[in-house]
Amino acid sequence: MSGGLSVSIARRAEAFSLDVTFEAGSGVTGIIGPSGAGKTMTLEAIAGLARPESGRIALGDDIFIDTTRRIFTAPERRRIGYVFQEARLFPHLSVAENLDYGARRRGSETGMSRVEVIDLLGLDALLDRRPHRLSGGEAQRVAIGRALLAAPRLLLMDEPLSSLDIRRRREIMPFLEALHRRLDLPILFVSHNIDEIVRLADRVLVLHGGRVAATGDVAAVLNRLDVQALILGEDGSGADPATIIEARIARHDEAHHLTELDVGGATLALSQLPLPVGSKLRIRLHARDIALATERPTALSIQNVIEAKIVELKPAGPAQIDVALAVGSSDAAITLFARITNRAAERLALAPGRQVWALIKSVALASDFGDSGRTA
Amino acid sequence: MIDAWLTPGEMQALWLSLKTGVVGTAISLPPGIAIAWVLARRNFVGKLALDGLVHMPLVLPPVVTGYLLLILFGHRGPLGHFFETYLGFTLAFNWKGAALASAVMGFPLLVRAIRLAFESVDPKLEAAARTLGAGPMDVFVSITLPLVTPGLIAGTLLGFARALGEFGATITFVANIPGETQTLPIALYSALQVPEGEIHALRFVILSILLAVGALAASEFFARAQQRRIRGAA
Repeated sequence: MSGGLSVSIARRAEAFSLDVTFEAGSGVTGIIGPSGAGKTMTLEAIAGLARPESGRIALGDDIFIDTTRRIFTAPERRRIGYVFQEARLFPHLSVAENLDYGARRRGSETGMSRVEVIDLLGLDALLDRRPHRLSGGEAQRVAIGRALLAAPRLLLMDEPLSSLDIRRRREIMPFLEALHRRLDLPILFVSHNIDEIVRLADRVLVLHGGRVAATGDVAAVLNRLDVQALILGEDGSGADPATIIEARIARHDEAHHLTELDVGGATLALSQLPLPVGSKLRIRLHARDIALATERPTALSIQNVIEAKIVELKPAGPAQIDVALAVGSSDAAITLFARITNRAAERLALAPGRQVWALIKSVALASDFGDSGRTA
Repeated sequence: MIDAWLTPGEMQALWLSLKTGVVGTAISLPPGIAIAWVLARRNFVGKLALDGLVHMPLVLPPVVTGYLLLILFGHRGPLGHFFETYLGFTLAFNWKGAALASAVMGFPLLVRAIRLAFESVDPKLEAAARTLGAGPMDVFVSITLPLVTPGLIAGTLLGFARALGEFGATITFVANIPGETQTLPIALYSALQVPEGEIHALRFVILSILLAVGALAASEFFARAQQRRIRGAA
């Protein structure tokens, strides 16, 4: 019945021009890019809150806008759920009334029931409250529920976490993941935070300067150094490259409360995760969390030591250097980065082709529990 | 109860002031809301001109406004003629004309206050309502209007307070007819024309001050309620 979303729009403004073409199917498509990349403008055009000068936006057979055929569907008839950066709850209505606002206007459209939404987002205790009595995280959950109850065919989320502090973010993340598993409609999730995208998205679209810079599988796209530079800023100042890896839980070491991950043939141990053996998860390894040794270290508190081969050395500022490493069997090699000082690179005489050991100090988790796991 | 304190003449002037004030404010409310909304939310050619026109009665000498009303709505005025032939009522030299004069004079204050209330409503809320399936009219009724209600009342009361004190345009347009167009300020003016009328005048002064302060205080109360409303605390 409903097909995917297809977008091809252009808009020329004095300060900023937008020219974006992409398709999105069911599942979460992450849209990432620095501020001013055109992320919000793209979402507003899809929702009908802003009009592109030219182009076409369609969801399946429904054309929302086609400037060549002079078609424009009003936002209220597009049935697109929009969760904004700020919750935008109606201040004169209670939480229950906010939830019912869209529900009462969805007509005969079927979608999630009120009970389901309240249960999924944990809103039961909030129903009688007024929006100004909610915390940022609670307000954002209500806003998500309100959007879902309008029976949308597409869900747009514009940095729903960015106005929240880290604690609230952690509180709302599991709800977003549950949402992802529960819904089969396409979701566009905008963020400028790589971790959020890694955690939630199936595919990613990188916007930069109003253009699509890259699109595709999350790990494949976000592991590209040019993409990381685009997202983190041109010079990558202060930010280090990171590698996203799809890992599998190999076994649990109950005695030491550790979980061992299989990472392309190598093993990484970290504090025990409440997941069964065999489950897959994404992890992220930051260059600044990896140290190098030219001989296998023997007496060391860091237990995650992986054999690797130097692929390339790239200067990162005046004092530091990023070392690209190939890990695992040659047919399924993973590229990791280690950020070390120039002096260390000189003294160890690092050069492409050399065999080294990568010492991994910590692993960022992109899954259901907590934002990062300490390595053993 | 009030009649124990006031003379029949004073009662008559008070009653007339309230009647012209209420009717004048009531007829200016619908166009006032529309113009306030347009000024707050729309950009168009001539917006500045409309804004200027709305503010005219505030800066023009009231005699000029009264005289213009007389030219337009008098017996031989184009609009006065229209009202007389097609709607069957005249405005010149009766309380209806006084109501019109007070409406015109109170209009700028009414529009300003209501416009302020509209501007305090975040258009992002209205955009959110559109994505939830509400059309423009639905959004106005279900979101915008409830959010501006306190500001609407504040503006109405402010316009009403101004209408109560209306003198110049009224006396020019509908003259000074006891029981018909002699509102409180005009009655006060008449009292001053009579020798030994100071005591009378003083009573009108006190009455006027009480009314004005009451309306102003109520208006301010609702203006504050508007701010609480926007924050969601009311």
